[in-house]
Amino acid sequence: MTAFSSFLFNYLNGVTANVYEPVSVATRAAEVWAHEPWLAIGWLALGMAVMLGFLVVIGMGLIYGERKIAGHFQCRLGPMRVGWHGLLQVIADTLKLLVKEDVVPAKADKVLHVLAPVLAIMATLLALAIVPATPWFQLIDVNIGVIYVTAVGSIGVLGVLIGGWSSNNKWSLLGAMRAGAQIISYEVSATLALLIIVLFAGSLQLSTIVESQADGWWIWRSHLAGIVAFFTFLIASTAELNRTPFDLPEGESELTAGFHTEYSGMRFAFFFLAEFINMFVASAIAATLFLGGWMPFQIAGLDGFNAVMQAIPPGVWFAVKTGGLIFLLMWFRWTFPRLRIDQLMGLEWKFLLPVGFVNLLFAAVLILMGWYFAPIPA
Amino acid sequence: MIESILDNNLITFLILLVSVGALVGLFIGLSVFLGPKRTSKVKDSPFECGWIVTTDAWRPFPIKYYLVAILFIIFDVEVAFLYPWAVSFGNLGMAGFISMMVFLAILFVGLYYAIKKRVLDWR
Amino acid sequence: MSVKVKTLDDLTLPPPGADSPLSTQEYFINMGPQHPATHGVLRLLLRLDGENVREVIPVLGYIHRGIEKIGENSSYRQTIHLVDRLDYLSALMNNWVVSMVVERAAGIETNDRIEYIRTIMAELQRLQSHTLWWGVIGMDLGAFTPFLYGFRDREYATDIFEETIGARLTMNYIQPGGLMNDIHPNFVKRTKEFLEYLKPKIDEYDELVSGNAIIQKRLVNIGILSAEDAISFGTTGPVLRASGVPYDLRKIEPYGVYGKVEFDVAVGQAGDSWDRYIVRVMEMRESVKIIEQLIDNIPEGDYMTVKVAKAIKPPEGRYYGHLETARGVIGCFIVSDGKDKPYRFHLRTPNFNNLWCLTKIAKGWKIADLVAIASSLDIVIPDIDR
Repeated sequence: MTAFSSFLFNYLNGVTANVYEPVSVATRAAEVWAHEPWLAIGWLALGMAVMLGFLVVIGMGLIYGERKIAGHFQCRLGPMRVGWHGLLQVIADTLKLLVKEDVVPAKADKVLHVLAPVLAIMATLLALAIVPATPWFQLIDVNIGVIYVTAVGSIGVLGVLIGGWSSNNKWSLLGAMRAGAQIISYEVSATLALLIIVLFAGSLQLSTIVESQADGWWIWRSHLAGIVAFFTFLIASTAELNRTPFDLPEGESELTAGFHTEYSGMRFAFFFLAEFINMFVASAIAATLFLGGWMPFQIAGLDGFNAVMQAIPPGVWFAVKTGGLIFLLMWFRWTFPRLRIDQLMGLEWKFLLPVGFVNLLFAAVLILMGWYFAPIPA
Repeated sequence: MIESILDNNLITFLILLVSVGALVGLFIGLSVFLGPKRTSKVKDSPFECGWIVTTDAWRPFPIKYYLVAILFIIFDVEVAFLYPWAVSFGNLGMAGFISMMVFLAILFVGLYYAIKKRVLDWR
Repeated sequence: MSVKVKTLDDLTLPPPGADSPLSTQEYFINMGPQHPATHGVLRLLLRLDGENVREVIPVLGYIHRGIEKIGENSSYRQTIHLVDRLDYLSALMNNWVVSMVVERAAGIETNDRIEYIRTIMAELQRLQSHTLWWGVIGMDLGAFTPFLYGFRDREYATDIFEETIGARLTMNYIQPGGLMNDIHPNFVKRTKEFLEYLKPKIDEYDELVSGNAIIQKRLVNIGILSAEDAISFGTTGPVLRASGVPYDLRKIEPYGVYGKVEFDVAVGQAGDSWDRYIVRVMEMRESVKIIEQLIDNIPEGDYMTVKVAKAIKPPEGRYYGHLETARGVIGCFIVSDGKDKPYRFHLRTPNFNNLWCLTKIAKGWKIADLVAIASSLDIVIPDIDR
């Protein structure tokens, strides 16, 4: 066992020290606040601008990517008409949604009906702020990063729930109830999976967790526990994102459009955009915690290879890992059919949750006995 | 003083909250401003596949969803307990491990009980 | 003795005590007429308890066009152009059943060439219908990709039809006494190409959908229709055969040239959604087999044995004929009073009976299962309403 694991460790993880010192934008602003307050404000303004720009790019890029990928999965081309290879299609769609009528049903709870998509998108955007995209750009880096992500992320379910309920439509209500039951159930598993990495890294701060993977990504380093946790997180976050095979809250062949049946125009677009940015956040968190974030891929002993890998900027590493996971989620969506609500609940409470707990136990034993691949940072 | 607040990311978070809120508000305002507003009785009625709405949607809903929510509360609170434990697990050693395992075992009995009580049986 | 007939209003009355805030959880919801899963304008009135379906009440009439009545005011040849709008995925079979009855009534003989072409066309139509259905059941279960794969493969058959017939969906080709026109010179070649194309695609269907664990979870042991129920509901076609009753008119009362070809009748065992699914996939393979046996052996001859200009006037009497469409048995009943128009024109369509077994087998399952079961019954709404 020891020989095998040390072989694996040497093979996969002998990694040179990383050269980057992660600093969040907030920290930069704090450093210069005392003597140059304007510079601090400049940093913050730049951070916000980049954040919002980032947001638009991610949203539009993902929608375009999804439509193109779906098209090619389905033996068609996807958008081709607006712009080169349909590149401007998303902009055209946004403009169209912008000038559409914003219908609020007469019997709906109007305040909540307007509030719901705002909640959904705000939660998503706030979660985006903590993603450590590169060592030099992370908007906020709180010491309870993992909790922040789960906490802010779970405000999103409120948006869905309120939206479905306030519409006063039975299909919407069914969709919202399904969403509520599904998202909160899978949240437990997702959080448990993240907990494994917290256990190994000994920190909740995302930048620290990334740094702790300088000696190897957690998915490899923690024997099987990391891999199990990674797949648990992948399944659970697919369910939290309401994507196929867990797209029951929308379930367009069952519930017409599910929780957003009564939404139109921009507020429908917000639900839609929230789903896509959520997908990015979930993939980014998975990449950060399990796949080393912006850390390059290294193999012990192959110095030339490692040098080439290190020459690739960390932002690219992050984008590749996140993009790969997003592609995986899209692949799921365009391949799988939908589960049924009781099968969904059974999968979570009777399978994923026990597996998550056993995995936690296993990870705790690993750490207690010192059977991990590399020392755990103090 | 202000540095420490900034360093706690609180200000940044608040600024982000405001700017994101402004962006969302801007888009909703734009769409209200740009979009048409033509209402009619049929258009403003809830969609029920093109038929007259028979019963109101706001009525007591089956308890199964609620039971799932209760289960979630139990397990989420438990996970919340697990986080500080996980962070300081390196210092807790065997005692921390055993006490948490006892805690988990009790929870697991609860889950088993819930499953046996057919909380998740959606018949 | 008077019988209290339950009207729709009686059925949709709120259950007793529904006005007290906590007493009941059941509610009514309209699935349709505008709903993605009803594949047309069918209205299913559901009584639900949360997600569980307590009762299904199909409400018809949203696409009623009075085809039978129009048929009584049209000549026998004109009737052909009405029936392709019934089950638009079995247009040629619908043509054929009317032609069959009129030929029987008026004593019109056809030749071998006509029967060969009719049989090949009918089997091509069955393939076209089943590929579309395969895509639709995938979409109803939440997988969108099979839908486009099904349409992609169906397109080849549709192109073949277009070349010979001129239409792609509502085709009028088979008429009393023969066919509207001869097959296109490319027909044989393209049909063979299509079969060679389709055979690996059916294996692909198995890989993409049939072998998927979620699909199996969603179909196996769901919506079981026992053989007794299937018979007493009057279901036919794949729905009946999935329940284990090997009733296929192509075998039992061979028409066309079905007597001359070798094929198996696909039969299920349990009568669940999965059996209804797999029976249709098996039927696709059988259809390929049938066409392969016929396509090279189309005899020479005329495509029409009577003059079109001459009005058909069957002698007085009652005539009935039936055949197997992609969905089951379509029967055509004609009462003739010796004139050029039928006195009474009636059709027994398979989808009406197939739909009605939904009221029994969907009970107690979830909404999602209802959608899956309805999809596995493969109903076409215009065929129900006529």
